[in-house]
Amino acid sequence: MNAYAAMPLWILLTSLLASVVIFALGEARRRARITVNLTAASGKLVLVAVMLFGVGEGHDFGFRAGLAPGLELALHADALTMLLMTLSAVLWLLTTVYAIGYLEDSPHRCRFFGFFSLCVAATSGASAAANLFTFLVFFELLTVSTWPLVVHRGTPEVMAAGRKYLVYLLTGGALLLAGTIGVHAIAGPGDFVPGGYLSGDEAPRAVLVALFLLMFLGIGVKTAMFPLHAWLPAAMVAPAPVSALLHAVAVVKVGAFGIARLVYDVFGFELTARLHMHHVVAGVAAFTILYGSARALTADHLKQRLAWSTVSQVSYIALGIGIGGIPATVGGLVHLVHQGLMKITLFFCAGNLSETHGIHRVSEMDGAGRTMPWTMAAFTTAAFGLIGVPPLAGFVTKWYLGLGGVAGGHHWVVGVLVASTLLNAAYFLPILRRAWFAAPPSDRAAQAEAAPALLVPALLTAALSLGAGFLAGMPYSPLQWVLFITERFYG
Amino acid sequence: MIEAGWPTAALCAALVFAPLMTGLVLYLAPRPGLLEKVPVGLAAILLAGVVLLSGEYLDSGPVFLAMGGHPGPLGIELQLDALALAMLWLVAAVALAVTVYTAAALPARDGAAGTGFRLLWMPLWSALNALFLAADLFNLYVLLELVSLTAISLVTLHGGSRAIGAASRYFLFALGGSTFYLLGVAVLYADTGLLTLRLLQASPSGSPAVPLALGCMTLGVAMKAALFPVHGWLPHAHARAPSAASAVLSGLVVTGGAYLIIRLWLGPFQALAGGPAAQVMGAAGAAGMVYGSLQALRQSRLKKLIAYSTVAQLGYLLLALPLASALALQGATLHAVSHGLAKAAFFLAAGNLIRLSGNDRLETLGNGDRRLAGPLAVMAVAGASLAGLPPTGGFMAKWQLASAALASGQWWWAAAVVGGGLLAAAYVARVLQYGLMAPRENGHRQHDGGALPRAMSWPPLALALAAAALGLAALALAPWLPGAVPAGSGE
Repeated sequence: MNAYAAMPLWILLTSLLASVVIFALGEARRRARITVNLTAASGKLVLVAVMLFGVGEGHDFGFRAGLAPGLELALHADALTMLLMTLSAVLWLLTTVYAIGYLEDSPHRCRFFGFFSLCVAATSGASAAANLFTFLVFFELLTVSTWPLVVHRGTPEVMAAGRKYLVYLLTGGALLLAGTIGVHAIAGPGDFVPGGYLSGDEAPRAVLVALFLLMFLGIGVKTAMFPLHAWLPAAMVAPAPVSALLHAVAVVKVGAFGIARLVYDVFGFELTARLHMHHVVAGVAAFTILYGSARALTADHLKQRLAWSTVSQVSYIALGIGIGGIPATVGGLVHLVHQGLMKITLFFCAGNLSETHGIHRVSEMDGAGRTMPWTMAAFTTAAFGLIGVPPLAGFVTKWYLGLGGVAGGHHWVVGVLVASTLLNAAYFLPILRRAWFAAPPSDRAAQAEAAPALLVPALLTAALSLGAGFLAGMPYSPLQWVLFITERFYG
Repeated sequence: MIEAGWPTAALCAALVFAPLMTGLVLYLAPRPGLLEKVPVGLAAILLAGVVLLSGEYLDSGPVFLAMGGHPGPLGIELQLDALALAMLWLVAAVALAVTVYTAAALPARDGAAGTGFRLLWMPLWSALNALFLAADLFNLYVLLELVSLTAISLVTLHGGSRAIGAASRYFLFALGGSTFYLLGVAVLYADTGLLTLRLLQASPSGSPAVPLALGCMTLGVAMKAALFPVHGWLPHAHARAPSAASAVLSGLVVTGGAYLIIRLWLGPFQALAGGPAAQVMGAAGAAGMVYGSLQALRQSRLKKLIAYSTVAQLGYLLLALPLASALALQGATLHAVSHGLAKAAFFLAAGNLIRLSGNDRLETLGNGDRRLAGPLAVMAVAGASLAGLPPTGGFMAKWQLASAALASGQWWWAAAVVGGGLLAAAYVARVLQYGLMAPRENGHRQHDGGALPRAMSWPPLALALAAAALGLAALALAPWLPGAVPAGSGE
């Protein structure tokens, strides 16, 4: 095995080693920790860029190590892998910068950044997993490495939210484990294969349905799908950079990514449809889209409103997967990137508001646009993007999803999209109105922007989300890459 | 099964007699310097001995040794098969960690506890090695007694009425256990005239006395091994003993009892495994998993919590009886070893906590003392294995047990395995969350135990890492794992 082909392993080890080194450095050595953090994040970005180009050129990447008879830790890199991995590598670098600025002088930074790197390692591992077992390994690692981040502040309310987080996610992991053992029992070990590695003849229909539902529920917990979503709004107690990562790349995205793997590479869309499971996926997703948006309307806490918005937005991905067919799949998968860029921007901005001016609630946001024009400009860009104003990224998603719905004869999808867009506007526009058009309270300083380490990442992600929409036609844009992936599924 | 060559015979004899003899010498010449250093040297030598023995085993396969050239049924025999070898590994690893740990934790100069620990631990060590090598029912009885008596005395080392009370309770259970076990042996001997395991296996008897005998022996051993529902003595005894002794008691001593049950049920009495009686044993195991975990969730003292976790974890071993396949036996073996390592690590880490903070209340973990990070990290790694998070040793064991359950169509045991892992995750998380809490303002006065000696911080970490790494090494260890049901242990 040559070193180039084992690239997924190196990428995984970059973050894993960074984590070990950061733990070993201890609390006091701040400068060394920042160096390790930034070196690892940029080094990883370079490696991922090399691999992205390699996959685009059709090179094969892979690494396998047997752990027990029939159990292999197997990594690979296909086009779908690169979608999540590139997103996580880019956003890890920006979030690291943001987190260093955000946690300036707060305690337990060693613990924070150690688990932070571990969490990113888990995300890379899950995206590069070449079989269900490997996916499970990183799925669980992601749960346990994010828990200390969520409860970072350690107050009693935070610990209670953390318990909820663990109960939901570990139960999800157990369901996925049960399903994985079941798949191994009926079909033996097997890699993810486009079109699915189950043929449908291995077991009676009822068993296949049960296994699909077990794994769908298990993974669905991570995507915060209704009725398994309660942990996500609770997890808003986490520090802003953690929320940003949780909502944009790590937990919910690994969940959405897992559903794509489950439907396309384990069961295959054809078998999923034969079992009628695609209706379940699309139905639950459609309901979650509307439910999350409706709950966001009444949430006054800014981060909570954003969390409900995530519940809703992530289900676009599952909706696209459930509808099936090329346009809908494109719409779903591309939202993996689009939602990530826009949502991370919003959380960065929410963090800036609370750090700089102590603004936590929507009702406190009067005049925020005048005091923090840059932050609110980034916020506005991302909010318009999520609403789906053409030609921003969210519009691209919704366009393809609607196209797919109509093409597949599911006209109700258009209704869901329209309703959701109206709801998105209804919970974002009041924020923007307060921020730009209401007068700031008299006791607030006239104009004070967030520190550069907090502002620059937000502006960059906002710019990236603009680019994803405006430049959707360029090579290596998220949309073009997703078209490349979809060709593979529907050959 | 063939007779062993001389290297195997010599190594087995060394494992059985060396600790006992060394203990006698130390008893006659109790110099503190010798008491501290000699056991550490011996542990290193015996670990090397087990390595050599494993090399021999690779060539010879399962063997028996006729001591003094007299084979059974009259002579005393030892036998070495994969299951026994795995247990010898466990003893050697835990013995090395514990002797190194006690060199710093219980200095021989400290009088009764320091000297007493060594003088009791050396014969216990011999007795455990001999128990795993013993090949006939009467010798097993003698060794069970020796193990119990030394183990009970270890509980009393710190003195105090509560420790004496716990030890008395342990003693009563052990005494009852001996009675039942001996009764079973007598019934069997009256019926078959045989005590040697391999001869019993070779000539199965259909007599109705056999199930009665097995029932009596099983109940007797279960009382000594604290298997649910005859576990009542364990939580008190393991919580009261000095932490190094608790590590030995929970990691090795009770494992020895559970080992014997597996040895009997899957050896000479295979005919009963897989039947309704085995289902009952499995149900007792599953009930123990639930009960022990729920009790662990209610404790406010760390050592009590760990002790209840032992009650829960021993339940997994009983699941091998209804499954009765090579895969299940492999899973049980892996579970016994990974649990022994992880549990010993957990108790040694608890000992460190007590050394640093003066008590083992769970809230103490949240007093913001930086020195507790080490013990907490050990508990996190060992806890991951107890909870069966991939890819630790505990995970691999549960994977194999659950796979064996599905392969034999008994899906309910697979559900028990997965559910038990979830419960274990709950009580491990409960410990760790105290470590993540922010210290209370009016919080605890910091107890000054000074820094932790290196000899106390490395052994638990090494054990925990070994438990975790076991999952990665299952393929490499395959030649040494039981490949077939041991036949007392014939072909």
